Amino acid sequence: MAKKIKLSINGIFVTVEPGTTILDAARQAGVIIPTLCYHKDLCIAGNCRVCVVEIAGQKRLAAACATPCEEEMEIFTNSLNVLNSRKQIIELLLSEHNADCTSCFKNGSCELQKLASDYKILKQDFIRLVLFMNYSIDKYSPSIIKDDSKCIRCQRCVRTCAELQGINALTVAYKGDEMKITTFFEKPINNVVCSTCGQCINHCPTGALVEKNYIEKVWDAISDKTKHVVVQTAPAVRIGLGEELGFGPGARVTGKMVAALKRLGFDAVMDTDFTADLTIMEEGTELLSRLKSVLVDNNPECKLPMLTSCSPGWIKYIEHLFPEYLDHLSTCKSPQQMFGVLAKTYYAKARNLDPETIVSVSVMPCTAKKFEANRPEMHDSGYRDVDYVLTTRELAIMIKQAGLDFQKLEDMHFDRLMGESTGAGVIFGATGGVMEAALRTVYELVTGRDVPFENLDIVPVRGMEGVREITVKIENPLEEWAFLDGIELKCAVAHGLINAQKIMESIRSGETGYHFVEVMACPGGCLGGGGQPIPTSPEIRRKRAEAIYAEDAAMALRKSHQNPEIIKIYKDFLDYPMSEKSHRLLHTHYLARERY
Amino acid sequence: MTISYQLKRADFIFKNENDWEDVLNKSISCSATELINELISSELKGRGGAGFPTGLKWKLAAEVDEPTKYVICNADEGEPGTFKDREILTMVPFKVLTAMAVCGYVIGAKDGYIYLRGEYLFLLPELNKAIREFEYYCDEIKLDFRIHIFMGSGAYICGEETALIESMEGKRGEPRNKPPFPSNSGYMNKPTVINNVETLAHTYTIFKYGAKRFYDLGVQYSRGSKLFSVSGDTPKPGIYELELGMSLADFVEEFGDGDTKAVQVGGASGFLVPRKRFAETAIGFQGKLTGISLPTGGSMMLFNSSRSMFNVLDNYLEFFREESCGQCTPCRVGCQQLLMGIKAVKRGEKNARYLDKLLRLTETMKLTAKCGLGQSVANSFSSIVENFREEMIY
Repeated sequence: MAKKIKLSINGIFVTVEPGTTILDAARQAGVIIPTLCYHKDLCIAGNCRVCVVEIAGQKRLAAACATPCEEEMEIFTNSLNVLNSRKQIIELLLSEHNADCTSCFKNGSCELQKLASDYKILKQDFIRLVLFMNYSIDKYSPSIIKDDSKCIRCQRCVRTCAELQGINALTVAYKGDEMKITTFFEKPINNVVCSTCGQCINHCPTGALVEKNYIEKVWDAISDKTKHVVVQTAPAVRIGLGEELGFGPGARVTGKMVAALKRLGFDAVMDTDFTADLTIMEEGTELLSRLKSVLVDNNPECKLPMLTSCSPGWIKYIEHLFPEYLDHLSTCKSPQQMFGVLAKTYYAKARNLDPETIVSVSVMPCTAKKFEANRPEMHDSGYRDVDYVLTTRELAIMIKQAGLDFQKLEDMHFDRLMGESTGAGVIFGATGGVMEAALRTVYELVTGRDVPFENLDIVPVRGMEGVREITVKIENPLEEWAFLDGIELKCAVAHGLINAQKIMESIRSGETGYHFVEVMACPGGCLGGGGQPIPTSPEIRRKRAEAIYAEDAAMALRKSHQNPEIIKIYKDFLDYPMSEKSHRLLHTHYLARERY
Repeated sequence: MTISYQLKRADFIFKNENDWEDVLNKSISCSATELINELISSELKGRGGAGFPTGLKWKLAAEVDEPTKYVICNADEGEPGTFKDREILTMVPFKVLTAMAVCGYVIGAKDGYIYLRGEYLFLLPELNKAIREFEYYCDEIKLDFRIHIFMGSGAYICGEETALIESMEGKRGEPRNKPPFPSNSGYMNKPTVINNVETLAHTYTIFKYGAKRFYDLGVQYSRGSKLFSVSGDTPKPGIYELELGMSLADFVEEFGDGDTKAVQVGGASGFLVPRKRFAETAIGFQGKLTGISLPTGGSMMLFNSSRSMFNVLDNYLEFFREESCGQCTPCRVGCQQLLMGIKAVKRGEKNARYLDKLLRLTETMKLTAKCGLGQSVANSFSSIVENFREEMIY
């Protein structure tokens, strides 16, 4: 083991592992150094220079995030030199930033604003460069708004798009004063290869990248007496929302969230987890029919591995970059869209409502869901299936606007008909969750027995490893599934599109032999989605995942096919999984998009 | 303090002795350590402007235990007012190629690259011809070394060694965080020596004549001779090889037009010296004995009394505003503020005290910018504003 390094920071002695940066050593010593371009998810850029510190004996200041500790370094993080330089750098950033804070979506959660407040830059007499800049605001995407006047060129979004997602939709162009973050040929985000996952928004320190918000539209719908407003909430919202409302990461606030939605005035508060369970029924059945078609009928038209289709960011990604694999995608719509179409058909019929008057709202941890709801394919109810998609953050804003004291709300339950769910539906919110939920149901369907893992916890598919594999051997199946006897079902899970790329390339190489692959566009799955509370970090995502699995463990029912409302919907409305009706309403096809 | 050293001409670089095969053979018959020691005792410092000891640079790269290493010749000559590397590559390319091969031999590299400035495309045919001849000879003497040319695309920042490497790797030309330095982790994250064209040409002189011949030129801390690109208000613009350590007064005596108001030493990123300081300023690397001593990549621009120093500074700042890579805050925003700031003062929109704020800004840029570009904007700005303040205001 390499020798540890001893150094002093503001006179405090610390011992660190070799390779530790000054920034991390300072945190270890309880010294806070401000940062902007630094992010725990990303590689070191060292370009904002806010974290500069003085090293005894060196002429220039060093960027704490990018400088490794050396033996006997003497570091000063708040000498006059450092403070003056840092203040001037913040002032420079403010001079190129459209600091119209009170009309900014990120007002109150902007990292630059916080720095300006901490350092009290009261006399800003540099020339306001932003007034002379030729900047643009890109509002054409249904998911993402990019406002260059608020960009401080820290390149966090660029690194996010490259390192976490492997897409490079956002890149740096030009140099000097014209240097900016832009897209391929400076086209609107909506017209380039972008998954609309929103990870750039999650990693942006300012208001340069934000979601397109539909808060006012939803308030309008709620207050319109002629409308019946139905809301659904995705699994990951209930373990993220608390962070925006005074709880720490990983707080489970399901009951309070339902209570808040009711207080906001939604006419029905139901659960995307219900349609997650429904997705398992459809997708599990689809997987089995594909297995039969390939293994028994040798149908060359039918493709394996089957790829999951719940993550709209992943869908847009595969449409752009691996269109030749579109027929591997499960034809199931995502739980959001299944809910949307059922709200205006099944629910409308059961409640005797004119679907015309129903406004269907969803709360999602996701910005790609906004894009998905906007897709022309998603009108199978005869209307637009999902009218408005809110992110977890937007819901938190509405709760604050309504003056609800969230922490004091009494827990409430989802409304009936599409509000019941199982643990299998909840874990959709974590990477590996769809796989685990599907295996719980499929295995039992085929063998009549529980999936052979203790407490139904399929631990090998959980965790934060980028790509995970699991093989489940099927033994002694029921007679109907005899062809599966002895088959080793090879499954894999990937999260973050950089890992999706890896898994797709290994599938293309033809060596994997996978039967079933789950892909989630965002790191950690939906719990780390682009619509979740900011900040995000590996640690925060780990806590959210723990909360998801705790939520699952606390459920009475943990297998989708046990959900009584699922049994009911098949009895009353859909007949059976993959029926003609469910094909019409719950399944769809996707299209190949341009690579450039 | 008056500098007593006089201007002395030297003639090594362009002397075409046509003996590169002998120098190459002689050099590679020595051990790597011997060659490194020879370079170290010559006290040759990098001629691109930063002045890092060349022998040490080679030594650091040689010491890294790694099978793949690279030699890069930095021919991205972009500093305003320098044009010497172009002439070296035109007149004596074999000296540079030989020096690269010797460097490869010393550090253990089999590939050398010439990063050629985009605007020097016209040098390419002759240079390729020379490389073919050189490689043919390497094959003959069984020296495993290949030289490739990489064309730059015109960005000034790519003369900065790590930005140059990024550019060669196909990325945006943006400087890297240091450490690690290229001698440990350079091109393709392999140990890399990057030397200026002229530095390599000097190593040729040293390998041929020995370190002492080189060391005897110049003064303490600033050994050897150096090429100077003389331009501006001078009756004899051109390239001159002079010993380091001369006084600027001597230089102006030789090259001035009799009405020299100021000399910009080291191009846009260098310092402006006003007439009253000519006598106390030496040209060379900073050392204890030399008084005010200004390093330079060789650009010497003379201005006579017809020139407005405001226009000179305005021109430099325009250049920096455009040529900053835009990556780090102090440089990207700082350059814009400096340029717009002096214009605002000139127009009377900001009062004269605003210049002091800008001077403090250049201090911050010097302390915090990521690379030499942003750090050195302060040089020309503060030396011009401090010496010609009234020209900035009125």
